Amino acid sequence: MSRTALGMPAVRPVRGQGNLHAETAFPAAARAEMGNTQMRANIRHATHTIRGKRANVVNELPDWQALRSAGSALKESVMANLPELLEQFEANVTARGGTVHWARDAAEANRIITNLVQATGSTEAIKIKSMATAEIDLERHLAEHGITATETDLAELIVQLGHDRSSHILVPAIHKNRHEIREIFLREMTETDESLTSEPRDLAEAARAHLREKFLSTKVAISGANFGVAETGTLTVVESEGNGRMCLTLPETLITVMGIEKLVPTFADLEVYLQLLPRSSTGERMNPYTSMWTGVTPGDGPQDVHVVLLDNGRSAVLSDPAGRSALHCIRCSACLNVCPVYEQAGGHAYGSTYPGPIGAILSPQLTGITSAENASLPYASTLCGACYDVCPVKINIPEILVHLRDEDVRTKHGQRPAADAVPTEDGATAALQTPAGPQGTAENIGGGRSTGSASGPAPGRVRRLFQRLPHPPSEMDLMMKGASMVMSSGRRMALAERALPLGRAVAGHDRRISWLPGMAGGWTDVRDIPAPPRESFRNWWAQHADETQDRVRADGTVPDADPAQPTDPHQVKEGDR
Amino acid sequence: MRIALFATCIVDAMYPRVALATVRVLERLGHEVVFPPGQGCCSQMHVNSGYLQDALPVVRNHVKAFSAADYDVAVAPSGSCVASLGHQQPMVARAGGDEDLARRAEAVAGTTYELSQLLVDVLGVTNAAEQLGSWFPHTVTYHPSCHGMRLLRLGDRQKDLVRSVAGVEFTELPDAEECCGFGGTFSFKNPDVSAAMAEEKIGNITATGAQVCTGGDASCLMHLGGAISRTGAGVATVHFAEILASTRQNPLEVTGPVELSIPGPTGRRHRTQAAAGSAAGSASSDAPAAVAADSGESR
Repeated sequence: MSRTALGMPAVRPVRGQGNLHAETAFPAAARAEMGNTQMRANIRHATHTIRGKRANVVNELPDWQALRSAGSALKESVMANLPELLEQFEANVTARGGTVHWARDAAEANRIITNLVQATGSTEAIKIKSMATAEIDLERHLAEHGITATETDLAELIVQLGHDRSSHILVPAIHKNRHEIREIFLREMTETDESLTSEPRDLAEAARAHLREKFLSTKVAISGANFGVAETGTLTVVESEGNGRMCLTLPETLITVMGIEKLVPTFADLEVYLQLLPRSSTGERMNPYTSMWTGVTPGDGPQDVHVVLLDNGRSAVLSDPAGRSALHCIRCSACLNVCPVYEQAGGHAYGSTYPGPIGAILSPQLTGITSAENASLPYASTLCGACYDVCPVKINIPEILVHLRDEDVRTKHGQRPAADAVPTEDGATAALQTPAGPQGTAENIGGGRSTGSASGPAPGRVRRLFQRLPHPPSEMDLMMKGASMVMSSGRRMALAERALPLGRAVAGHDRRISWLPGMAGGWTDVRDIPAPPRESFRNWWAQHADETQDRVRADGTVPDADPAQPTDPHQVKEGDR
Repeated sequence: MRIALFATCIVDAMYPRVALATVRVLERLGHEVVFPPGQGCCSQMHVNSGYLQDALPVVRNHVKAFSAADYDVAVAPSGSCVASLGHQQPMVARAGGDEDLARRAEAVAGTTYELSQLLVDVLGVTNAAEQLGSWFPHTVTYHPSCHGMRLLRLGDRQKDLVRSVAGVEFTELPDAEECCGFGGTFSFKNPDVSAAMAEEKIGNITATGAQVCTGGDASCLMHLGGAISRTGAGVATVHFAEILASTRQNPLEVTGPVELSIPGPTGRRHRTQAAAGSAAGSASSDAPAAVAADSGESR
């Protein structure tokens, strides 16, 4: 194959695969999910409860904002030194008897883990709740190779037994209430019977009994990691139920999958995150179980310890200066709990392991904008900013959403190559690496065309070619172009506003517009537009600017001689955020 | 003080009465208001929709219009548009490779205030009844729009001003900090979620029993008002500038069909808003009716 390099690095980061691709565009997926009123009621209740708990434990800390700044700054330094920190981490894990594996993408990670489990001769594994293993769809991959992985976190178990999908980062079964959970247990746990009540205590006890046997008999455990400490090679899992502690101590073999962004430089850095995470996540001052392990401790706990370092698109995210802070995420889910869009649409509407505001930026960043479906995610927000306010590591989610919308628009306009990986059936990356350099921006226009791809499948090639063709402008494009023309000139605004009486005529007698064609129909489907005014302010003012005395007289208020002392405006603005 | 009004595109075209209310309040305090004629839009619609390239001429125009004008401070009756000047315009300019424009955009943003910021922080207005003669005899609740709350950190400035208006009976809005669901083009790109969010907000508004829901952004109020109009909930959405401008002699009417035009026929002669109110033949209580009649005489 021949490819024009144009000074771009020879090795380009791979894009993420696995449970990151939305199958249905967000608006349609949300519409379908919103039909489930039970789910919406459950989510509404749960998010409002956690939201309140979080606010209480955050507001009691005088140095919360300083902690957030520290959490953000630490992650920035991690991202700036990631290669060195990863190598340091690997050296320290290895020195302590552990084995480090590097996985470029989901397929590679799944292969490594399957081989490791098969090497033990076991066909069973117990699992700790982990976003990374959900992201790479590990369970399905293991099942295809005859290995049963049992979730031991209560909510994950509910999702697994219900043949369901997680809808929340922290509370995967947030969309189920206890009566629905009882139904699932009755149906799927052979040891339960009709005497099972829907009391939380009884449900937890049933799960406990169900899992106890697994903990004692299974020889392999698979976990994720909340943090990896580069300076010591220590891994950390933070949890509430104690199931994690069982998995980390009882089996002979322990396999941990960790995204490469989860590193912290030193052990002392954990003090920042262990304050930020539980308060943001469960609304607790401290979570009940914090487990840490460093390689192998002879005679104590698992004697065969592995770490799989997962890229799966993270290096690609790192290469985008405007979007890379998405990698700071510590998976607390505070942004989901305050998001009004998540509250209405629920987690499944996002079609990815990562729902909510963080999912709306992380999923399309990891995969690249490869389809209309996952390109719809950055638009799944009103940009209200509630997510940024609660983020413990200060990820400016609204700003990244806007950045991704811009990327999407430029991709559609052919000014930017479409994302450079297309997942294939077995998850392997089809080598479709178009020249999205570190900046991935308009500098690639025209010049960076690859002239062929020996290894890429034909449909991908055709699609890529199609994406390069100039697209006819969409209704949105035309509207934006027109608005840009009008709104960039006071004179053109004044002229356009002469048409307002036309809108009044459309509104008719009841002075409201209830139907509009095309894209604007999205507005009038659910809302009216009031009849426009006869005249814009601009055009009115041109005739009335000099009538100050009339206006003051008509209002009947004679201003006091000295109503208030104006402050120097320049001083005031200084104090602005 | 010489104050430049940045009306914002939506207020200019759809809610001229909000711009006029802003003018009336400032003139009442003895300030001169000018309207830089070249102004258009802050560019937020383009930026938030991802059309950064199409936003660039809009930014350039705004910066040019306000750099050319002579004023002490600028004001806009919108938290969202003021936030866009500082948070988005320099970014758009830099994305377009124009560092000089970015600096000038920062300078313009640095002297542009949201209305309540200007009134409270610069002009020292803390009691609208006493200092502005504001009078509005209605039950009112208040929705804090997101960008004013989270980007400008307006806090309770708008709410406190409204509460200090004579006659206002104020009720707090439950879950006030939740977004109303407008979100610019979000409102028609994701109409179902947007409508569900509006429904939630309207439920909270009607639960307060208020006749009027006020706020500081005409766009959010248009979205809520449009949804209320469809559901027939019977609550008026009114920009807080209009409540501050309302006086005993020239009160704002909130009943009857929605009329966005500046009262009075197009011409030189200024007419009071009360004329439109009494023409609609409706008054919610005795007091405004009486005053409407008064101002009719004074006309």
